[in-house]
Amino acid sequence: MLSIAAIAKNPVGIALVAALALAGCANKQVPNNAADIGLGGAGGPPGSQQEFTVSVGDRIFFDLDSSVIRADAQQVLTRQAQWLNKYTNYSITVEGHADERGTREYNLALGARRAASARDFLVARGVAANRIRTISYGKERPVATCDDISCWSQNRRAVTVLNGGSS
Amino acid sequence: MIMRATFLIATLVAGLGIAVLPARAVVEIDINKGVVEPLPIAITEFISADGKGAEIASVVEADLRRSGLFAPIEKGAFIEKISNPDAAPRFQDWTVINAQALVTGKVSETPDGRLKAEFRLWDTYAGQQLVGEQFFTSKDKWRRVAHIIADAIYQRLTGETGYFDTRIVYVDESGPRNNRVKRLAIMDQDGANQRFLTDGRAIVLTPRFSPTRQEITYMSYEGGQPQVYLLQLETGQRELVGNFPGMTFAPRFSPNGQQIVMSLLRDDGNSNIFAMDLRSRNTTRLTTSNAIDTSPSYSPDGSQIVFTSDRGGRAQIYVMSASGGDAKRISFGDGTYSTPVWSPRGDLIAFTKQTGGQFQIGVMRTDGSGERILSSGFLQEGPTWAPNGRVIMFFRQPAGSAGPQLYSIDLTGRNEQKIPTANYGSDPAWSPLLE
Repeated sequence: MLSIAAIAKNPVGIALVAALALAGCANKQVPNNAADIGLGGAGGPPGSQQEFTVSVGDRIFFDLDSSVIRADAQQVLTRQAQWLNKYTNYSITVEGHADERGTREYNLALGARRAASARDFLVARGVAANRIRTISYGKERPVATCDDISCWSQNRRAVTVLNGGSS
Repeated sequence: MIMRATFLIATLVAGLGIAVLPARAVVEIDINKGVVEPLPIAITEFISADGKGAEIASVVEADLRRSGLFAPIEKGAFIEKISNPDAAPRFQDWTVINAQALVTGKVSETPDGRLKAEFRLWDTYAGQQLVGEQFFTSKDKWRRVAHIIADAIYQRLTGETGYFDTRIVYVDESGPRNNRVKRLAIMDQDGANQRFLTDGRAIVLTPRFSPTRQEITYMSYEGGQPQVYLLQLETGQRELVGNFPGMTFAPRFSPNGQQIVMSLLRDDGNSNIFAMDLRSRNTTRLTTSNAIDTSPSYSPDGSQIVFTSDRGGRAQIYVMSASGGDAKRISFGDGTYSTPVWSPRGDLIAFTKQTGGQFQIGVMRTDGSGERILSSGFLQEGPTWAPNGRVIMFFRQPAGSAGPQLYSIDLTGRNEQKIPTANYGSDPAWSPLLE
C-alpha cells in the first residue's frame, strides 16, 4: 500500500514537494491541467463544483494493474486536498475504476484499491477521513470506449465526486 | 413436478424374432477420447395429434446436436415412417442410412389434461431397445420433458450424466458501453424461456446458483454500497448477505448450500476472503494477506477453496483449505490468471488467463498441471461449468462496439456454441440439474 513514508523516501517525493510549492503559490492562477487543453475561463466561481471539476481536476489516472499514485496524480490530489481544506462544507466520494482489460471481480478489487490510495493521499494532506467515502465501480463505468490503450488509460482512474455543500 | 416411469421391454426384440448382433456392436460414445466423431443418430418426430411431438423431438435434436457428440440425420433421408412407436422399428431401414441410434416417441394428453410423453432409444445395429421411458407433466413444461429425454439419451450413450435439463442465470446488458443497464436474467440452457429477475435500476453482477435450493447469490449496487445479496427465485424475495462495513463481492455457495464464500474489502483497500454460514450468520475470515484475494470457489467435496490473489505481485490462482490458512499457488504459466472455478467432477479448475493481449479460457488440474487453453479472444472471461463437468460456458466481447455474448465450449475445445440471448449477456452461471 501507498504510505506517506514511502512517498517521502521515494524520488517521486521530491516532485511532490515541488508540486506542493507550485500549487501553493499558483492557487489563484489557472492550474495547469484542464485549462491547458482549452477549458480556460470555464473554471466557475470559487468554491463551486465547476471550479473543482475543471480547474482543480476531479480525476487521477493509474498505470496498468497499479494503484500507485503517479507523480502527475499527486499534483492533482494535492490541489484537491487544498481545495477541500478550504471548502470544508463538502463531503466527497472517491470512485475507483479499472479498464476493461481485467476480469470482473479482480477489477472490482483493483478499483477499490485505487479509491483507497487516492483517499489515503487526501487524508495525508489534511482532508478529514470522515468526509470521504469510497466506492469501486470496477470496469462497469468506462468513460472512454475504444479498444486500445488511448481509452484504457483514461478508464484506469479515481474520480473525486463532491457530495452536497453549497456551490 | 415431472413424473417418470421406466418401461423396459427387453423381451420385445427377441419376441419379434429380430437378430441381435454381438455385444461389440452396441452403440456408445467414449467422450474421454481426444477427438470424438459425432454419433449419427436418427431422431424421429414423436407421434402426436397436435404437433407437440414434433416440437419435443426438435428440442431433443437441438440439445444433442449442440453437445457436439451427436450428428442428427436429416429427416429427408429417413426410409421408415414410424407409425407405432411401441413396435420395434425396421432396423435395416435405419442402418442403411447409417443411423447408429434411433429415437422414437409419442406425445398425448391424459384424461385429466396433462401431457404424457414417451420415448424409446434403439441401437439399430444391435437391433435392441436401450432406453424406454415415459413422463407425465403439465403442458407448459413440454420443453423440460424434451431436455430430460435428451439427458437420458446422452447418459445412455456416453455413460455420463447429461446437462440439458438445466438453467443459466446471467447478466442481461443493454444501453451504451459507458452506461450499461444490467439486469439479472434466467433462461433454460438452450436460451429458451428467458425472463428478467431485476429491473435494471442498479448494476448487478456475478450471479451464482445455489447447489441445493432455487436461490442465487449475486452482487448489486442497489443500496449505494455494492454488496452481496441472495435472491429466492420462486418468491422474488431479496436479502442482503451479512452486515459488512465495506464492499462485499465475488460470492459463491458452498457445495452443501449452507455457506457463502466471498470477498470483503478492507479499509486499506485490499480484499480478503470470508465465509458466512447462512443459518447462524457467523462469518469466518479465511485469508489475511495484504493483497487482493477474490473469486473464491469451493472444491465439490467442500474441503478446499481455489481463489485469485495478487499476493505474489500479479493475479495468480491459489488453493487453500476451506478453513483458511496456508495457500499454495498453482498457476505458473506466462501471464495472469483469475476467475478460477472448480469443476463439479472435482478433477479440473477452469480459469481466465490474460497473456499476449488476449483473454483465454482454459482448464488445469487441481495441482496446476496439465494446463489446456480451450478458447482465446480479445476479451472473454467468467467460466462456469455444466453440472457434468464436460462443458464450460463463458462470455466474450469482441473488439468494437458490440457487447458481450454467451458461449459454451466443451473440454475438447473443438465444440464452441453461441448461446442465444435477447440482448447482450455476461457473467453466466450454470445451474445444477433441475429436480
